[in-house]
Parts: sequence; C-alpha cells; structure tokens
Amino acid sequence: MKVKPVNHAKAAEAFIEDTAHMDFHDERLWDLRQKRDEQMHLLPEWQDLRARASAIKEHTLANLPEYLEQFETNAKKNGIHVHWAADGAEHNRIVGEILEKHGAKSLIKSKSMVTEECCMREYLEPRGVVVTETDLGERIQQLDNQMPSHIVVPAVHKLIPDVAKIFAEHYHTDPNDNSAQSLAWQQRLAARPVILSADAGMTGGNFVVAETGSFVVCTNEGNADLSATVPGLHIATIGIERLVPRMADMGVFIRMLSRSALGSPITQYTTHFRGPQKGSEMHVVLVDNGRSHRLGMEDFWTSLKCIRCGACMNTCPVYRRSGGLSYGAVYSGPIGAIIDPTFNERKYSTLPFASTMNGSCTNVCPVKINIHEQLYKWRRVLAEHHELPFVKREVMHMAGKIMGQPTLYRAAINSTEAALSTMPRFVLYNWLNPWGKHRELPHPVKQTFHSWYKQNRLKTKKKEGEGA
Amino acid sequence: MRLASLPGVRMKIGLFIPCYIDAFYPNAGIATLELLEKLGQDVDYPMNQTCCGQPMANSGCNKDAAAAEALFVKNFAKYDVIVMPSGSCTHHVRDNFDAIEQTDEVRHVRENTFELVEFLHDVLKVEDFPWAEFPHKVGLHNSCGTLRALRTASMSELGEPFFSKPMDLLNKVRGISFATPKRPDECCGFGGTFSVTEEAVSAKMGADKVRDHHQAGAEYIVSADTSCMMHQQGCAERAGVPIRFIHIAEILNGARE
Ligand code: SF4
Repeated sequence: MKVKPVNHAKAAEAFIEDTAHMDFHDERLWDLRQKRDEQMHLLPEWQDLRARASAIKEHTLANLPEYLEQFETNAKKNGIHVHWAADGAEHNRIVGEILEKHGAKSLIKSKSMVTEECCMREYLEPRGVVVTETDLGERIQQLDNQMPSHIVVPAVHKLIPDVAKIFAEHYHTDPNDNSAQSLAWQQRLAARPVILSADAGMTGGNFVVAETGSFVVCTNEGNADLSATVPGLHIATIGIERLVPRMADMGVFIRMLSRSALGSPITQYTTHFRGPQKGSEMHVVLVDNGRSHRLGMEDFWTSLKCIRCGACMNTCPVYRRSGGLSYGAVYSGPIGAIIDPTFNERKYSTLPFASTMNGSCTNVCPVKINIHEQLYKWRRVLAEHHELPFVKREVMHMAGKIMGQPTLYRAAINSTEAALSTMPRFVLYNWLNPWGKHRELPHPVKQTFHSWYKQNRLKTKKKEGEGA
Repeated sequence: MRLASLPGVRMKIGLFIPCYIDAFYPNAGIATLELLEKLGQDVDYPMNQTCCGQPMANSGCNKDAAAAEALFVKNFAKYDVIVMPSGSCTHHVRDNFDAIEQTDEVRHVRENTFELVEFLHDVLKVEDFPWAEFPHKVGLHNSCGTLRALRTASMSELGEPFFSKPMDLLNKVRGISFATPKRPDECCGFGGTFSVTEEAVSAKMGADKVRDHHQAGAEYIVSADTSCMMHQQGCAERAGVPIRFIHIAEILNGARE
C-alpha cells in the first residue's frame, strides 16, 4: 500500500487559524523555555553537565549490548522479570500474556511514549483489557481520542474550556467549569476508584541503571507511583536506549531533566524501582522497535541519546506555532522530525522540512544532540531516496542548472528585473504563489546590483586600465 | 590557511552578492561595496557569479548544487578573501559546500569566505565609521545563520556572556540606539524554501517577529541578512506593522534617512 506523507504544512495552517489556541500554545511553551533559561543561569556548570550527559550517553550507546546484559543480570537478582521485545507487536504480545496470566482486565498506566509507539492500547482493548491513563494531560488526550501532542505536556495545545467540554462529556461535569483546580479535582475523583481497583499498573522508565539493575521514573503528579504500587503487578515498558551505566550518572541526568523540561529544579517524584514489593510482581519490557537499526545509522545514531525532556520542542518556533499533532507522529517537534523517518521514511519524509534549521533545538538539548544538523542530513537522505515531492525535486534540479550557468542566471534575474512583480522565478518557480498569501512581495527596483556595477564600476575600471 | 589572518598582507577581495540582493535590494550590495572601498580595500565583483548553491543543498538536492558550487569556485578562487553581505550564504560555503570534490582550490575558497560583519569586526578590526550617523532606534535581527552557525553574537540558549559583533559595529555609528525585543534570537521564519512550503508557519513567525520589534519601539529592523528582511518586510506590510528595514552595510556606509 502506498503511504502518504504527513501534510504538516496543512495541519499547521489550520492550527494557526485558531488564534486563541495558537497564541496560548506559543506563549505557554515559550514560558517553559524562559524558565529553563533561568534554571540554566543558576547552574554555572550547565555546559559541563551537558557535555557529561552527552558523553555518558555516547559511551553507553557504544557499549549497549554489554550494559543491557549487565542490567538484565542485576535486575533478575533483584527479582524483576526482564523481557525483550524486538518491535511493537512483540511488546504488545508480551504485555498481553503477562496480563492474561494474572487474569488482569484493567490496566492503569502512567505516561509512556514507547507504548504509544507500539500502539498498545489498540492491541489490548479489543482483548478485553481496559487501559486508563493516569497522567492528567494524557488522560485528557485519551478521552479526546488524540495522540499526546507533546512528550512532557501531552495536552498543552488545549485550553481550559476544551478540557471542561471533554470532562463534561465523559464525567458529566459542568461544561462551563473554567477552573483548572476544579477540573483537576474532577479527574482525581474519576481516577481514584479506577486506580484502587486496577488489576495491573504500567509505567515507562526515564532511566535504567545497569549497575544496580534498577530503573528510575520521574513524574510530577505521582501517578506513576500509584500505577506501580497499588495493583501489585507492575509492568514497565522501556526503550533500550534509556540505559546508563552507573547510579552515579543519575546525579547528572536528574539535575538536567526537569530543568530542561519545565524549568523546575527536579520533578516532584523521582522514584527508583529496585524490585517488587512483597507479594507483588515487577516486569520490565525492554523495547527495541527500530532502535538498534538507528544505532547503526552513522549520521543519526546520536538521536538515541535523547532523554525526552521536550526542551527542543519548547524552544522550536515552528513547533510552537504548529502544535504537536500537526506532525502526525508519536514524536513531534525537532526530535520527532529526526527520529520519525527511521520508523517510516515515506510517511515522515515531510518532517525534516518542517523546520528552518535555526539551531535553537541543538543549543537547548541537554545531551547535545545536533538536531538541526541531523535535519539537514535527513533532507539529503530523503532526496537521495526519492522521497521529495516531484515539484520540489524538479524545481531544484532546474534551479541547479540555471545557477550553474551565468547567462541563464542573468536572463532569469533580468526577467525578474523587467517584470519585477514576482520572486526570482528560478528560486521559487511555480510554487511561489504561497509567498503572497500572508505576505507582500518584495518591491521592484530600478536596477539590479549587477547592472549598477557594470555602469558605475566596470566602466571606470576599464578607463583606469586604458589610462595606465 | 586563512590569508586574512596574516598581518600586513594586502588582500584582494572578491565580492559575492546573493540573488536576493542583486534583484531586490541592490542598495545593500552597493553599500557593501562602497563601505569596503571607503575602508581602503581592493574589491572586485566577478560578473559571472550566480549563487553559492545553498537553495538546492538546503532542500536536500545536494547534487543539484554541484554546478553552482563549481562556478562559485571558478569565480572566486583567485581572490585572497571572499566577502558577502549574507550570513546564510557564508554558512553554506564554509560549512556545507561539499557537492563538489574538495580540491585545494575549493578548500581555499571555503576557508577564506567571510560574512561582512565578521570581516569588518574580526579581520579588518574597524575602529570607526566617521561618516556614519543614524539617529534612530533600531532593532537588530541576527539571522540564525549568522547567530548560531557563524556565531557573530552570544546565543540565549547557552547562557554565555553577552557579545555581539554587529552591535559592536553599530555602536560606532553616531546617534544610533537599540530597541530590545522580547525574543531577540527567535528565528523569523524565512528558512529558504520553508517560506513557501510552510507558508502559514513562516508568515506567522515573521509577523510575530516584526510585532516584537515594533512593540519594543524599533523604527527600523537592521540585519546582516537580506533574505530574512525580505520576508519580514512582506509580513510587516501585510500585517500593517509600521516598521522599516535596512541592511547593516547601509548604516555603516553612512546611509541617512
Ligand atoms: S532531543 Fe534533546 S532537547 Fe529534545 S527531547 Fe531529546 S533530550 Fe530533550
């Protein structure tokens, strides 16, 4: 079947037309970026921390098999069941089997992007398992049947009245309730009984420590801790790249994660899971799902350093103005644009172009991923793999020819000079119509620089030459 | 080896004028040339120049950039330094110019290409522009190419001590003052073909950018990159934001308005 590329531009245009939402979205995320800056200024060693975090991750990724085995051995010693999932399907099957074995019919979970990647809910629900998100933002998104639009603040594109409407529909609350507190309270009331009666709990994992066979979950709502501890069966789904060698490394990452993400010194809850409580079971499912393939990609493997802080999204001027859903993928924003194509090149071929490559993402990234350079490299790869729209390919091919021949170029510029009512046609050709949609065209001028130079400099230079 | 770093060497400068300036903002090109001449430099504008290859390369079509890059080298290899009033073109030549074989000539061109501001600031180390006076409040726009690739100013994301080469130069102009926008180094949304393929986001970013400068009290937006300004001007005119645009070379060359 032919996959259609995501139309980011179109979705973004629709997002922008709704000014109230867009402006709020932009301001809210910009505020997170500002808070992140404040935290950075408070830590003079910030750039050292970034360098260290990056080095630890690169070292770990370069020795991933050894550290994974070390983790498995130590985790087993701690009484944790360790599973390996090559892809989403295998992950879902493993989780399904664990649940079945325990006769578990209701699963509460805290936010985990990997389960989104694996489309786990879609797998479990037809099999009779009710999956309930316990993170407030994620729950809002679940009720609204949307993907999270941001990896840290999943419903950031919504305003309070949107949430009130969704809750009214599902929880029968007042649709005109515009108080964040009372809406949060409604969610609490609705979630508590589900949590207390759940058969199984699921979390993600922010970090996996090889040396101790433990893993760390960072949240602000405490919902992960409830999910993990209340039901007596805890399944943690974690990408294999989340590994760090030593517990001491946490001193670097914990200091950076929440500062980068939300501009707070640390998350409200930083929980180290070292093994099951008495009478309960703990499972860790380590998911590959394309990661080892990515690890082998020379230009792109460092994207695996990502600790999913979302700072690159918060700072991205394109993301802030287009909203996460416009990327049509589990991962949106700058990090999404460089990893999504590894899942499906055709489908996500447009995403590396949904960027001005301004480089702000690279600068905020706590693990120093060269995001904007990878965007640039992806464009090349996609062009080589013929994943560019036909028009663009043709225009660039033609532009390349014109730019290679001064006479053709001059003719093109001069026709611009004569008509002077359009963009240089050799650059924008016939997709230049969009330029004028929300923008004026440049003004005509009397003379190009080239002809001015000919008139004002070449002549005198010639004369001087003749005189000498 | 960067010839430009050798003291006492009389440099022969090749001037590159990008297509946007050639066709739509010739005054920025003229000001660049006149300014370099006023500073006693020996400047030549090769008549057969076209483009540095950036539009094709940035679109991923690197092979299509090869002819432009080869021609660029042919035009400019004979100069000691190449100067251009464009940060993004400089960035392309210096950092990404690899569609053609990397010969000694190509390396010479890449290593000796300078954006105008860095050339004035770092190479010529100009102390004074006695002819320049601009009694206006300006908002400085650093293009992302000059800011994050050429590093002509400090970047807000890194928390490094403040520096700004364009502002250092503009501070030598009599009467000038600066407006401080809320998001000084946010991208304006031009982004080359992005401005067309992602038209809505691009135009929104541009409108936000010019409003930010206007609200900070800027009469003019000044920049070393004409492409950003072409885009911003289009956005300002459509949105009805009363603000004017001027290339940094024009101010340094003594433009009066
Ligand atoms: S790429 Fe960097 S900035 Fe973006 S989410 Fe990952 S760690 Fe955070």
